[in-house]
Amino acid sequence: MAQIKTAKTNPVSEFFSKLFRNQIFIPIAALLLLAIFNLIADPSFFKITLGYSSDGNPVLSGYIMTILDYGSELAILAIGMTLVTAASGGQDISVGAAIAISGSVVLRVLCGTDSRPETLQAPIIVAFLVSCLVAMAFGAFNGTLVAYFKIQPMVATLILFTAGRSIAAWINNNELPIVSDKVFSYFGGFLPGIPIPTSFFIAVACMIITALVFKFTSLGLYIQSVGINQNSSRLNGLNPEFIKFITYVILGFFVAVAGFIKVSRLSTINYSVVAKDIEMDAILAVALGGNALSGGKFNIGASVLGAYVIQFLTTTLYKLEVSSEALSAYKAIVVIILVVMSAPIVREKLAALIKKIKASSAAKSAN
Amino acid sequence: MKENAVLELRNICKSFPGVKALQNVDFTLCEGEIHALMGENGAGKSTLIKVLTGVYPKDSGTITMKGFDKPLNIKSPQDAQNVGISTVYQEISLCPNLSVAENIYIGRQKGSVLSWKKMNEEAQKVLDSLGIAVKPTQQLASCSIAVQQMVAIARAVDMQCKVLILDEPTSSLDENEVEKLFVLMRNLKARGVGIIFVTHFLDQVYEVCDKITVLRDGTLVGEYTISELPRVQLVSKMLGKELDDLSDIKGDAAVFVADENVPPVFEAKGLYSDADIKPIDFTIHKGEVNGFAGLLGSGRSECVRAIFAADKVLGGEVKMHGKPVKITKPIDAMKNGIAYLSEDRKRDGIVGDLSVRDNIILAMQVKEGLFKPISKAKATEYANKYIELLDIKTASVNTPIKSLSGGNQQKVLLGRWLLTNPEYLILDEPTRGIDVGTKVDIQKLVLKLASEGMSVTFISSETDEMLRTCSRLVVMRDRKAVGELSGEELSQNMIMNTIAGGEANGTD
Repeated sequence: MAQIKTAKTNPVSEFFSKLFRNQIFIPIAALLLLAIFNLIADPSFFKITLGYSSDGNPVLSGYIMTILDYGSELAILAIGMTLVTAASGGQDISVGAAIAISGSVVLRVLCGTDSRPETLQAPIIVAFLVSCLVAMAFGAFNGTLVAYFKIQPMVATLILFTAGRSIAAWINNNELPIVSDKVFSYFGGFLPGIPIPTSFFIAVACMIITALVFKFTSLGLYIQSVGINQNSSRLNGLNPEFIKFITYVILGFFVAVAGFIKVSRLSTINYSVVAKDIEMDAILAVALGGNALSGGKFNIGASVLGAYVIQFLTTTLYKLEVSSEALSAYKAIVVIILVVMSAPIVREKLAALIKKIKASSAAKSAN
Repeated sequence: MKENAVLELRNICKSFPGVKALQNVDFTLCEGEIHALMGENGAGKSTLIKVLTGVYPKDSGTITMKGFDKPLNIKSPQDAQNVGISTVYQEISLCPNLSVAENIYIGRQKGSVLSWKKMNEEAQKVLDSLGIAVKPTQQLASCSIAVQQMVAIARAVDMQCKVLILDEPTSSLDENEVEKLFVLMRNLKARGVGIIFVTHFLDQVYEVCDKITVLRDGTLVGEYTISELPRVQLVSKMLGKELDDLSDIKGDAAVFVADENVPPVFEAKGLYSDADIKPIDFTIHKGEVNGFAGLLGSGRSECVRAIFAADKVLGGEVKMHGKPVKITKPIDAMKNGIAYLSEDRKRDGIVGDLSVRDNIILAMQVKEGLFKPISKAKATEYANKYIELLDIKTASVNTPIKSLSGGNQQKVLLGRWLLTNPEYLILDEPTRGIDVGTKVDIQKLVLKLASEGMSVTFISSETDEMLRTCSRLVVMRDRKAVGELSGEELSQNMIMNTIAGGEANGTD
């Protein structure tokens, strides 16, 4: 039988076995399944219409555009979450609360002391940079707890998860400032003359920056090495604590970007609900991308794809008029299937099963 | 069964894939006897104990115990405890957040109602009878390691044990604590308990034991009473070198003569680390190969780890080329041209999921820094160079290192450090667990590198290898350097005598 196997290497099956083993296979398969489901259920899901906004700018709308728009926020977070997961073998559950904080900072800087200013009190770029600094400082706080105090990431970030939204409310004296500036609304909406949501371009820019950072530094190798074997990394001259720490700071930056899009989209902020449960979606995106949640090797592209898949799922469920309260239950089902499928024990069983089927079919064809 | 024997193992065999871990090993333990089980790494001590305690099933052989007519069939550690065999491991396996009494009785209360008062009283009795000075209600974590160790023994002993196995109980204790433990052991011995004592410390064996059984490469070397086996004989039995008719293998390496005018490549004075070693003085010159000899646990690895700052350096002066340098973390050592191939390949060496290529360039990349990434093409070139040079058998440069064989993993790691182009290369057990051909390759490579001007420290459990490669040996015993041998002194006899120390001088 062994001879038969070596003699017949089918290029098609070779291709598929390669694909199955590829990390990106899971999110792609999930995406295809969702697309096929929607095609059968209601092809109008894929309809995109060109309309005009109140300002007369062209705007594309439709479910796919919604996925692109909201999925981009998640994709941006997923980049940072992937790095945190890879280096520290744990996840940051405070990103939702941190978005509330950084969003509040943006509003605070833009509004100054007045909660309904006629004109912006500071340039938008300044507001964004300040919010970046604040979010990265909170990332540094999480990173310090995880890397230097060796607290489990989930427990360490639970602190900010609990306190974050109160801090956000405090930043604006519990008021709900509203920014009615046209330029500010571009970032969470549409740029004049461009019918594709701006958030998508921001997500692409984030990905390009990340790709450049990994191309021109050896950070990727360091993060993976620390995530896989901390002892070896240290004996090879790395500072594992610092590497872990820095991934939390990087996540802080992406949190600020996502928070900025959020407040731009809404022109205001609701501390208790903004970006609620987004941390779970971001972690799920990492898992869906086939990255081990215990750290080590990572693939950011797969996580980003995972993020869009999750938004695809959410949008599909909304379209099916699942109420927002029931949404999590449906998502949970998908999560269970995914997690079970990607568990090593199931994969081994599946691999053995596939081998068996192959062997028996090979034996049949040999007879 | 022999009279007054409490435990007899006969013809025990145990194989793992590719390894015969135990071959026809006999072992007899008498009542009221402290019996040392000795052997170097891979001799089969721990396998024997695991077979005896039911952790591993035995392939063949019989285990008989006093009070049982038939040979025992021990299938699990629980079985072993039920027949009266208790084990205390090196790492204390108790619950630190429970009280002493709870730790003694956990999992053993009969019935569903627990009387705290009664439990504490009984615990007090047990502790008193063993002379352990601790309150039953004290939280275990607040006790010293030694007391924790003794509580573990109290727990074991209270289970009506006839055989007590102590697997390296002293390795984390200081001298006073060891003394207390010995009092406890003698106390138990007087009660008729048979104790199997596994340790690496020769002094302790001669202080407390009655008999010694020596294993080597999975076979029984012999059973001896303490009085009939002087230390140096014990060392020779453990290492497998007959002392008398030993044809001294004088190293092929030429006697190294250092140029006195050139300061040594590396020089340490009074260097010590938090890994519990006594301060050492050490020098190595350009092109010299030297080594640290000593039994396992003697501190030879800890010495080189201190040089590389792999453990936290607590004190000492370090000079390179005569200039003082500060080495507080591995990257400092690397920047000064030191490379260290660690002893524990899996834990401290390979980065399992990463490819052979990434594993080879890792140290070089870290040394180059964050902002000078090695391009993929360049990395592949480096990797291929060392795959060819060291004859590494791998499917491709992209293969994860964890799927390579041990010997090939070792070569990858060697390649990793050679790529950093070190002046001073430290190899800690580079030949452990790899095939003979590779061992010879590595030794040849070491000599070649030295002839090209590299300084190399070479540590091996196999003294032959060190004699063949090193021109000077620092001998370690019980965590301190006890001698330095070079030139004519480099012989198996001298090494063994120096390792054994104590009363052994007359035998040379």
